[in-house]
Amino acid sequence: MSTTITNPTVQTVSPGLWALAWRRLRADKVAMIAMAIVAAFLLTLTLSAAGIIAADWEQESGVSYAPPGFIGADTNVAAKVEVEAPPPENPLDPLADIIRELRKQPDADQAIIVNDYGIPDPLAKEMAEIRAELAKSGKAVVADRLTTLPFGADKWGHDIIKKTIKGAETSIVVGLVAAFLATLLGTMFGALAGYFGGKVDDFFNWFYSIFTSIPYLLLILSVAAVLQQKGVTTIILILAFTGWTGPFRLIRAEYMKHKAREYVWAADAIGASHWRKMFVHIFPNVSHVALVQVSILVVGFIKSEVILSFLGFGVPVGVVSWGSMLNEAQNELILGKWWQLVAATAAMAVLVTAFSLFTDALRDALDPKLK
Amino acid sequence: MSQENPNQALLKVENLRVSFRVNKKDSVETVKGISFEIPRNSTVALVGESGSGKSVSSLAVMGLLPPDTSSIAADSKIIFEGRSLLELSIADRRVLCGKEISMIFQEPMTSLNPVFTVGFQIAEVLRLHMGMDAKQARKRAIELLEEVGIPDPKNKIDAYPSQMSGGQQQRVMIAMAIACEPKLLIADEPTTALDVTIQKQIIDLIDALRIKHKMSVLFITHDLALVGEIADHVIVMRNGEIREAGTVEQIFESPKDTYTQALLHCRPTLDTRPWRLPVIADFMNNNGALVDQKQRPRGLKGDEEIVLEVKDLGKSFYSREGFFGKKEFKAVEGVSFKLARGKTLGVVGESGSGKTTVGLTLMRLHQATTGQALFEGKDILSMSNKEFHHYKRRIQIIFQNPYASLNPRFTVGQILMEPMYIHNIGANDSERSAMAYQLLEKVGLPTIAFHRYPHEFSGGQRQRIAIARCLTMKPEVLVCDESVSALDVSVQAQVLNLLQDLQEEFGLSYIFISHDLAVVKYIADQVMVMNKGKVVELANSDDLYLNPTQAYTKTLLNAIPKGLQH
Repeated sequence: MSTTITNPTVQTVSPGLWALAWRRLRADKVAMIAMAIVAAFLLTLTLSAAGIIAADWEQESGVSYAPPGFIGADTNVAAKVEVEAPPPENPLDPLADIIRELRKQPDADQAIIVNDYGIPDPLAKEMAEIRAELAKSGKAVVADRLTTLPFGADKWGHDIIKKTIKGAETSIVVGLVAAFLATLLGTMFGALAGYFGGKVDDFFNWFYSIFTSIPYLLLILSVAAVLQQKGVTTIILILAFTGWTGPFRLIRAEYMKHKAREYVWAADAIGASHWRKMFVHIFPNVSHVALVQVSILVVGFIKSEVILSFLGFGVPVGVVSWGSMLNEAQNELILGKWWQLVAATAAMAVLVTAFSLFTDALRDALDPKLK
Repeated sequence: MSQENPNQALLKVENLRVSFRVNKKDSVETVKGISFEIPRNSTVALVGESGSGKSVSSLAVMGLLPPDTSSIAADSKIIFEGRSLLELSIADRRVLCGKEISMIFQEPMTSLNPVFTVGFQIAEVLRLHMGMDAKQARKRAIELLEEVGIPDPKNKIDAYPSQMSGGQQQRVMIAMAIACEPKLLIADEPTTALDVTIQKQIIDLIDALRIKHKMSVLFITHDLALVGEIADHVIVMRNGEIREAGTVEQIFESPKDTYTQALLHCRPTLDTRPWRLPVIADFMNNNGALVDQKQRPRGLKGDEEIVLEVKDLGKSFYSREGFFGKKEFKAVEGVSFKLARGKTLGVVGESGSGKTTVGLTLMRLHQATTGQALFEGKDILSMSNKEFHHYKRRIQIIFQNPYASLNPRFTVGQILMEPMYIHNIGANDSERSAMAYQLLEKVGLPTIAFHRYPHEFSGGQRQRIAIARCLTMKPEVLVCDESVSALDVSVQAQVLNLLQDLQEEFGLSYIFISHDLAVVKYIADQVMVMNKGKVVELANSDDLYLNPTQAYTKTLLNAIPKGLQH
């Protein structure tokens, strides 16, 4: 044996836990695809937060409810005016003569410009002049509103793709931060309750029982009422304060199980402090539970944000999120404008699925027992 | 069914190869082309250490291997009474297994369903395989329970598994296995989880039933001494290959294979105490030549320095009874002993005797109810936690299960440096890691172990890591709680040798807790026998084993398997 020990500097460093986990993750094709998707979402989020993309989402670049490009421009509105035959004249109408005059009147240059409501714009000529002047003096030209956009437009003519990207920023940040915060709270409480047991456990259980006995929405509303502010931070706090109960229960059970394990006794025997035993020894062994909880909560919180926005406790006016988009989509759907709903739903479904698959694979890769 | 041909072997295994898939591409062959026969009316023992493929072979015979991860090579043959088992349909095989071939497992607690009465579970077998109705089955179940020696079977038939002791549960398992009068009984380590006195009863029972029912038994075990008591034929396996096969006399008296010889010698025996226990490597390198060694003296003269004195130690557990009452259970009561410096006190007893509780209470992992433990004249049991912190490093413990006692998320280096960090041993991390490297060398582990995780090591190596962790604090008293019980025989010898070397070098005092009387005899100067929380006998180990004064000690000693007896 002595020959192998001669030189302590020659070390074959065993791959660390994370290196091993990464190796196992890489072998999992589904996990890698899921990870790429999540990474793409996060990249988009960063870029939009930095103002590189989708910064101009509020520009009204299309006509109201401009349909997606692959469907083609909505011809109905314009066609209606041309095709629609004038209603038959009412012989009793005292204004019949004037109306007849008006119908004949339109100038040749004015006839083409028809606005959203199918009525010729009486100021079209003046507007065109103003634009021409602006162009001459070098000012920004207000582009003509497009009749189609790649994935359509909303009521105000916002590009749906840009809006979805901007909405992702809010939704993902809310989902991720609130989920991490809730899991952090749940883990701390669960660790204390499970590890110490007895009175401490009783206290946290009592706290937990109270929280879970209040109907969920009522609890959210009361927290929202107490915080008295609208905004992304408020939503995050509301979700974190109400969402810690799930992780708490699971982490508490894990700690109860692990504190009786021999490795924790061994740590006790060498004189490790409670804090050390709880977070240096036990936590890495139960961290997969917390991870899974984060993934479940992220999914749930993105959905909760929708509910909150719907109830009016969500994002303030002027901030867009997938939740507010879905909220708008309800009315649009009646008019047959499905694209905003599809865009927000698809983005959410893809992210949520990818995130779930990824954390599931991550859990497997990190679990020391599944080696 | 084939005709009964007395010359034909009951079971014939030819060139059995079993491989397990480790991932999508690779698979590991765990059984590498073994062939053996089981004659009628005989007991064949399959002996080997963990990883030898003995259990996998028996599961292959039963058809219980997981189909999605394991595969049996196409040219393997398992022939039972002239029928090739591997060519049977799953349904035919299911009928055969259970009726003609049955199996008992190591852990009776997990093999019985806790929510059904034992009577129901036995009757289920009878109804399925023998086509009995409920009333007949119940009657037969009572007969079976009586046959396997369950007292008061008419009442016990309605008991739940949890209401029975481990030995009784194993008897119920045996009753289920013999319910259909099988021709072959496979017993996979049936006594490993049981106490030594119960082990003897179960072995005797299996042997009696074999003769009575004219069965054959395939007895799988790691314990050669046990084999000597029960088997007619012995097959020694290692790493998926058969090293040697023969009658029990051949194997015990003139083993040809070096591995078999090593296995026979590395178990400590009751009559000798060599200076060092031989290990497998000794035999493999010397081609079987036994090195003559002087005997190691053990025992106390009476003038040794006492390092730890325990007086009237007691520990009670309470369970709630009714609304306000609580019921006291005395796990340990009135235990007193003195531990001499540099000597070993062995603590033996069956499960539930309180021997582990003594160790844990001394470590203050349990709070003692009564008594004192004087360490340098100070009672460590009544100290405050803060005061005890300084004593903690001087009394250390090595647990039974090296798989559970090391944090799987720490590297070996972190495991070794943590106690030094906590107790401010060593000035900085580089000094600490230097000490850790030294200790790794001391316990016989390669330096590269420093950066590895516990799961990359075998059981014996992990136990060395646990020992090294204790040594970082330079303790004076080391509590070894069943520290070698979970290890293979050959590894056990290595760890025992290591413990003895360390005792010589550092003058350590051991409290060696074990259910294994042979190991305790080998390593201990003094032996304390415990039963039901009380000390039965405390004497120098040679005296105790030669002249036990208490009836309980005699029972224990008689139950030790002694290998082949003439």
